[in-house]
Amino acid sequence: MANSQTVTSRRGRKLSPFWRYAPFWLPAFVLYSIFIVYPLATAVGYSLFAWDGLQRGAFVGLDNFVTLLTEDPWRRNLWRAFRHNIAFFAGTMLVQNTLALFFAVVLHSLKRGRQFWQNLFFMPHLLSTVLVGILWDLILNPLFGPLNQALRMLENGISNILGVVGINASIKLAYPWLGLPETALATIVVVNAWAWLSFPMMIFLANLGSIPKGYLEAATLDGANNWQVFRHIQLPLLRPAITIVSVLTFIGNFNAFELIFVMAGSGGSPGGSTDVLGTFFYRTAFGTGSERIAIGSALAVLMFSFIALTSFIALRIFRSEKVVYD
Amino acid sequence: MKQRNPVNLTLVYLALIGYGFSVIYPMFLMVISSFKETREIFQSPFALPENWQFENYLTAWNQGNFSTYFGNSVFVTVTSLVLVLTIGSLAAYPLGRYQFRGKQALMMYFLAGLMLPVRLGILPLFFLMRSLNLLNTPWSLIFLYAASGMPFTIFILSNFFETLPRELEEAARIDGASELRIYWQVMLPLVRPALATVAIFNFIPWWNDFFFPLIFIRAERYRTLPLGLFSFFGERQNDWALLFSGLTITALPLLVLYLFASKQIISGLTSGALK
Repeated sequence: MANSQTVTSRRGRKLSPFWRYAPFWLPAFVLYSIFIVYPLATAVGYSLFAWDGLQRGAFVGLDNFVTLLTEDPWRRNLWRAFRHNIAFFAGTMLVQNTLALFFAVVLHSLKRGRQFWQNLFFMPHLLSTVLVGILWDLILNPLFGPLNQALRMLENGISNILGVVGINASIKLAYPWLGLPETALATIVVVNAWAWLSFPMMIFLANLGSIPKGYLEAATLDGANNWQVFRHIQLPLLRPAITIVSVLTFIGNFNAFELIFVMAGSGGSPGGSTDVLGTFFYRTAFGTGSERIAIGSALAVLMFSFIALTSFIALRIFRSEKVVYD
Repeated sequence: MKQRNPVNLTLVYLALIGYGFSVIYPMFLMVISSFKETREIFQSPFALPENWQFENYLTAWNQGNFSTYFGNSVFVTVTSLVLVLTIGSLAAYPLGRYQFRGKQALMMYFLAGLMLPVRLGILPLFFLMRSLNLLNTPWSLIFLYAASGMPFTIFILSNFFETLPRELEEAARIDGASELRIYWQVMLPLVRPALATVAIFNFIPWWNDFFFPLIFIRAERYRTLPLGLFSFFGERQNDWALLFSGLTITALPLLVLYLFASKQIISGLTSGALK
């Protein structure tokens, strides 16, 4: 067999299989090394130098990180963006992943039509983030957007009904959702959930499918109701899926950029109320400041280290106990 | 299984229909609005179009440059796919079928890419593209996509090559076929299902990608659909009829593909993010 064969090259030297197969693996190796490995390997190096515009200066050690973490406006922007990422993550866990879990349990209990609902719910996930952002920007338009038009009809309807009963009150439901600092980020969380919900749902569904049916039957025979079955049997056994969904949501939310960039611009309008690390990075690294490469690189390294470290710790803590069915 | 009382069952279906509606209705609005005049979208957003304005699509396609964007997206995704499938399957072949010194290291080197976030390297990548004179050309995207797709492609294909029976290959070898010929004429046709999996898995994120075109591409004539759509959105904020046609043009290929291959797409996209 070809496994341990060695072939003699033209000059009579033995060519090891590693090199004999080089024509096969070398093109992939070159492409991958140039465009993936090299940029990643040099990314950290970039953050350790001073930069004047696009010109690299002297080696400065961790100075760029110190500037980013201690000097305004960097420091102020960094912490504000960080807080918004935390809020984005918390909101997504609360809205998207809770609903995803609910629908996974519901779909899992269906006897018929699971595939249909699954396919339907998955549809927004196919759309480009830009498309989702623009579509919802139009729907949420304060004046002409269908959402506020519907809400204004509802306002009128409610005040008419109240008027019949003799109460004279004006109800306000239509708001410029993306234009108010109080509602903008929450609105983007909901839009993001609209696009992504099916993804955690599929992970929960896969996990639910791996729980032996006998467990649920035994509990039901013992007189447990649906809620008790969910709370005491399914939920504890869903721990692997909950862990992986939480970590993936964390990674996704701390890398968030496109949706916010499209719906709120690179500055996170209104007034920076939706600015996250992704938009802060884009503004810094691809803006016009003379320190853009220095601070931008430091920010990229900081973000990556934080995301990697947090995910790693979370996985170590929550994945330590394997679920074993015996 | 659990017994259901009718009240619960009604609530379950109300929730499913309610959420299904919220999924489908924005897309439905997008499609019907694309056939209206802008004035009509503002005045009666929920009604079906009075006169179906098919010319919105012609205007978006020609004057809105969507023909260019569409062509660019097709060119970039198809070329990247061809590149990743040929180069990736070439590399996967010896890695899947043979034992040799250095193979483990090579495999680890490629698979490390599954966990590395490409965006961390965006600044060096930008400089690299600049010095290779690739900025502002579709090739910046093609090389990056093909390179970033390499780990997953090699991972899937080498596993697939491993499972193929030895007999076929040995017969070919006795007939004096070269290694390259065995790969191309005997092995590659047998891994076609895996090639399809890899293609679907890569196609959708590339078709939808906005981040890298935003960084690499400036010129109008090289913009892909997501970037073109974004600039169009900035320039024609008030022309909602055209905006909705542009959105529909961008969404349509994937929705059509989804009709035919929903199962493969769902498993492709979910397994991909879990890699």
